[in-house]
Amino acid sequence: MYRKDGESYYIVDSHIHFWDGGPSNQRNRYGTGFTGCFYDYQRNLSPAEHVWSLEKFGNYTEEDLMHDLFEVGYVDKGIFQPTYLKDFYINGFNTTERNGALAEKHPDQLITNGAWDPRDGEAGLEELEALHQRWNLKGVKLYTAEWKGESRGYKLTEPWSYRYLEKCEALGIKNIHIHKGPTIYPLDRDAFDVADVDEVATSFPNLNFIIEHVGLPRLEDFCWIATQEPNVYGGLAVALPFMHSRPRYFAQIIGELLYWIGSDRITFASDYAIWQPKWLIEMFVDFQIPEDMQSEYGTITTDIKKKILGLNAAKLYDFDVPAECRLSSDAPAGEAIGSDPVSVSV
Amino acid sequence: MTAFAVEVRAVTGETGGLRDEVWQALGTVRDPELDESITDLTFVSEVEVVERDVAVTLRLPTYFCAPNFAYLMVADAYDAVAAIPAVGSVRIELLDHFASTEINAGVAERAGFVAAFPGQARDDLGALRLTFQRKAYLAAMERSCRLLLGRGWDVDELHSAQIFDLPSGTEKTSLLQRRADLGLATDPETYLMTDPEGERIKQADIGLQLRFAKATRVSIEGNGTMCRGLLRVRYGTDTEPGTMSGVAPRESLLADQKGVR
Repeated sequence: MYRKDGESYYIVDSHIHFWDGGPSNQRNRYGTGFTGCFYDYQRNLSPAEHVWSLEKFGNYTEEDLMHDLFEVGYVDKGIFQPTYLKDFYINGFNTTERNGALAEKHPDQLITNGAWDPRDGEAGLEELEALHQRWNLKGVKLYTAEWKGESRGYKLTEPWSYRYLEKCEALGIKNIHIHKGPTIYPLDRDAFDVADVDEVATSFPNLNFIIEHVGLPRLEDFCWIATQEPNVYGGLAVALPFMHSRPRYFAQIIGELLYWIGSDRITFASDYAIWQPKWLIEMFVDFQIPEDMQSEYGTITTDIKKKILGLNAAKLYDFDVPAECRLSSDAPAGEAIGSDPVSVSV
Repeated sequence: MTAFAVEVRAVTGETGGLRDEVWQALGTVRDPELDESITDLTFVSEVEVVERDVAVTLRLPTYFCAPNFAYLMVADAYDAVAAIPAVGSVRIELLDHFASTEINAGVAERAGFVAAFPGQARDDLGALRLTFQRKAYLAAMERSCRLLLGRGWDVDELHSAQIFDLPSGTEKTSLLQRRADLGLATDPETYLMTDPEGERIKQADIGLQLRFAKATRVSIEGNGTMCRGLLRVRYGTDTEPGTMSGVAPRESLLADQKGVR
C-alpha cells in the first residue's frame, strides 16, 4: 500500500519476474544477448540509483525481490509472469515452478501465472492442466516471440492456440497476458502486430487479454483494437519508466491510452527486475500532464491513479481491496472516448 | 544525438570525395519502423573506402532488434551505396546482432529475405515495408495537420486543406516524401487528409482518423526515443562507457585489401 497526501493506494504489480539470467544458466549466445538486452532496458530508463550491476541483474535473490517489492516498494500483490525461453537458458529464464516456489512461501503477497505454447500440441494441453492443478492458475503469460527449435514464434490465431484458449476457458484461467517480441513465424511479418489479439478477443469474450507494454512498439494498433474489444487490457510495463527521463513523452502515451480505452483497462506493471516498483509508484502518484498539454489530454485524477495502480488488476484477479483504498461509490466509471469520438482536440 | 553522429563520423578518418558521397547515400536510408535516417540514428558506425571499394558497418540498439527491419536497412544501405557511379565493390556488415550472419550473407548474395532465413520466412519484405510506409505517412500527415491547427485552422476545416496550404518546412517536405514513397499524388492541389491509399478522408471521419494518426505518430516517436536511448546505453557516449551487450570485438573489413584505409 502506498500513502500520500491523505490518499491510500492499493498496489498490484501485475508483471514481475524471478529469473535466473546469469552466465551459469545461459545456454548459448542468445541467452547472453537476452539478459544483456533486458539489462540495457534497465539502464536506459531508470534513475541512476536504481541501476544494478549486470551480475546482480542476472542473479538477484529472493531477498532482493521481497525487499524491492514489499519492504520498500509498496506492493500489496505481485503477479509472476513466467517466460520460459528454454532455447536460451538451460533451466528456463523464469518458469512457473521457479516463480511458484516463491509464491508458495509468500502466499499473501505473490501469485504465479502459468504459460503455454501452442507448438507443444496435445502433450502441452495436458501439461497445462497439470500446471493449473498444481498452481491454481488465474492467468497465463504468452510470449509469442519464443524460439522453439527452428521456429521463431507463433500467432494466437493458429488452430492450436485456439485449443489452448479453449482449455483456459474450461479450466477457469481467465487472464491471458500477451507479450510480443521481435520474432515470429513467418519472420517476414511484423512480429509486434497485435491484430491476432483482436481476433481471439472477439472469439473468447469470457477471457481477458492483457497486452503487455500497452502494445508498444505498436501503441496505435493496441489502442485501435482495445477500443473495440471490451476484454482487451493494457499493461504499463516499459511505458511507465518513460516518466523519469521523458515525462512529456509519457504524458502523450498515457494521454492517448486514457483517450482511447479509458481508465478501467490499464494496469500497473514494473516488469521487475527490469524496473523497481518503488520509484515508478512514487513518480506516478506525483505525475501530472504538463499544463501546456492539458487542453489536449486533460489531467490524471487521483481516482484514475488508484485504478491503474491496483484496483483494475484486483478486479481481474479477485483480490480483496482494503476499504480505505477503494474508490468512493459515486466515482465515475472510466469512459473510453476513442470508441465514441464526439469531440477531438489535437 | 547530432553531435554524437558527427563524432562517430570523425572516427572514420579523412573526409571528402567518395566517402562524402557514401555518407550522403546512407543518409537517404531510413529505419522503416522509426522512419528516421540511419545516419541520424547513428546506426552507421563506420565507412571504409579503399580506392573504389566501400565497406560500411551498421549497428543497432539491441542484439534482438527485429531481423526483418534489420534486413531492410542492410539491403537498402547496399542499394544506396551501390547506386553511386564511382563505387566499385560494396560490402555492408551488420554488427552485434543475433542474425548478423544470415542478414549479411543474404544481402551480399542478393538472395532475398526468404533465402536468408530458410524455413523461417514465407515471403519477401515488400508487405512489411508497405505497412510501415503507411504508418510513417499517417504520422507525417498528422504533423502537417497539427501545424495548420496551430496556425488557427479548425479540425472541421482540415477536410478542405490542400498541400499548398502548408508552409514550406520540415513537415511539408516530410509529408511529400512519404506520399511519394507510397506513390500518392504530390501536386499542390492534392487534399491533405487522404488515407494511405490516397482516398480522401470523409468529413465525418476526420476527427477519428486524425486521432488515430496522432496515436501512430506518438508510437513511432516513442520507439525512436527508446531506440536512441538503448543504442547510447549499449555503445556508450563521450562521458559514459557502453554496456557492450552482445558486442563482439571487430577488425577493419577492408584490412586485407592493400593494408590501407
